[in-house]
Amino acid sequence: MLDFGVIASNFRFLVVQGLFGLGGFAGGTLRLAIPAIVLGFVLGIFIGLARLARSRWIRLPATLYVEFFRGVPLVMVIFWIWFIIPQLLRLPIPEYGVALTAFVIFEAAYFGEIVRAGIQSVPRGQVEAATAVGLTGAQTMRFVVLPQAIRNMVPALVTQMIVLFKDTSLASIIGYVDLTKAAQIVNNREIKPFELYLFVAVVYFAFTYSMSRYARRFERRPSAV
Amino acid sequence: MNYQFKWSVLWSGQSGSWLLQGLLTTLEISLLAWVLAVALGIVSGAMRTMPWKPLRALATFYVEFFRNVPLLVWMFFWYFGVPPLLPGGAREWLFNHGAEFWAGMFALGVYHGARMSEVIRAGILAIPRTQFEAAVAMGLTTFQVYRLVIVPIALRLIVPPATSESLNLLKNSSVALTISVAELTFQTRQIETYTAKAIEALTAGTVIYLVLCVGIAAIMARVERRFAIPGLIARGG
Repeated sequence: MLDFGVIASNFRFLVVQGLFGLGGFAGGTLRLAIPAIVLGFVLGIFIGLARLARSRWIRLPATLYVEFFRGVPLVMVIFWIWFIIPQLLRLPIPEYGVALTAFVIFEAAYFGEIVRAGIQSVPRGQVEAATAVGLTGAQTMRFVVLPQAIRNMVPALVTQMIVLFKDTSLASIIGYVDLTKAAQIVNNREIKPFELYLFVAVVYFAFTYSMSRYARRFERRPSAV
Repeated sequence: MNYQFKWSVLWSGQSGSWLLQGLLTTLEISLLAWVLAVALGIVSGAMRTMPWKPLRALATFYVEFFRNVPLLVWMFFWYFGVPPLLPGGAREWLFNHGAEFWAGMFALGVYHGARMSEVIRAGILAIPRTQFEAAVAMGLTTFQVYRLVIVPIALRLIVPPATSESLNLLKNSSVALTISVAELTFQTRQIETYTAKAIEALTAGTVIYLVLCVGIAAIMARVERRFAIPGLIARGG
């Protein structure tokens, strides 16, 4: 009754188009996930630093940002961006732009918390020592605190990257042709939901599980301090 | 931005009752899925710490496979993929009793059960080994050790991470809109479709989610203080 041949006959569309985004549609899970991870982390660094700022006027907005996005479902944020950005810019935005914006804004709140925890894990004496040898505040951050903090953050960062990688499947809600949407499209034609969604699950699993195995190597490595 | 706000769409017509129904469905699916997730989490989390290898391997497979695949894929899998393989009677019953709700609830519960399992396992591993040894020395069987000593202590240790995981479950119930469960996000979209007032509708849904999450977090902070084990958790109130 089960027929896994449907995967072989649609392999190109599912993997080349849906997973890598190299087909005729503007889609692809990896084409969305990789920039979203990089940009989300960059924005997250700023938010994490802002949450630790001395001035309350920088700290408060960053705290509100984090609390807001952690209290709202990602699906809701995607719909917000989908409706708001075209209104603001007065021009239609492709699904890719909508999805990327939503993921970067949403995940930055989570990355920000990881960055904050990572920086707070660096002992205070390190900062004092850096100041004592004459580094400026920015130099202390760049040469002393961040290198150690990033090391401590790696396990949590990889976990968040896995979450983000899985979350990109939600871009299919607004019509972006990622791996999940590709499977939906094939299923509409072939009506083989069990085989197709199981295959998609295995592909996602192969990526996320290897990421988490890779991260475990860092966890075992003794930290610098 | 040239947008005419009209907040009255939220209380005129059917919007109010849609939002209320959506909220109730969200709470209902989340609560049922939460019970399933906690049950699966306790069983598999405990199994992963047991001395017998096949049990550990089975639980590890469940946890790793289910939490590493997107919830959306599981929604499609349980809603579109599994029912056609069920025997005729069960399938018919399911489609007469809101198959999307049950498939969504099951997907949510099984997915979060795997994540809850990790939380519970961490709690069990945080218990000093001597507790286990002391219980065995008292003459308890392995099952009794888990039921009477390990799991009750672990449950009290994990209140904070379990709360944040439960809130994730609540927020993730919004993914069920993809299989047309009429939960809160679904109803928000429905208001938007009928009134063409996206900002108002989305604001209403967003505020409800925020109030739910912030409210539950505040209640659980009190529970955490109430159930903290003196001397084991050094957390200020």
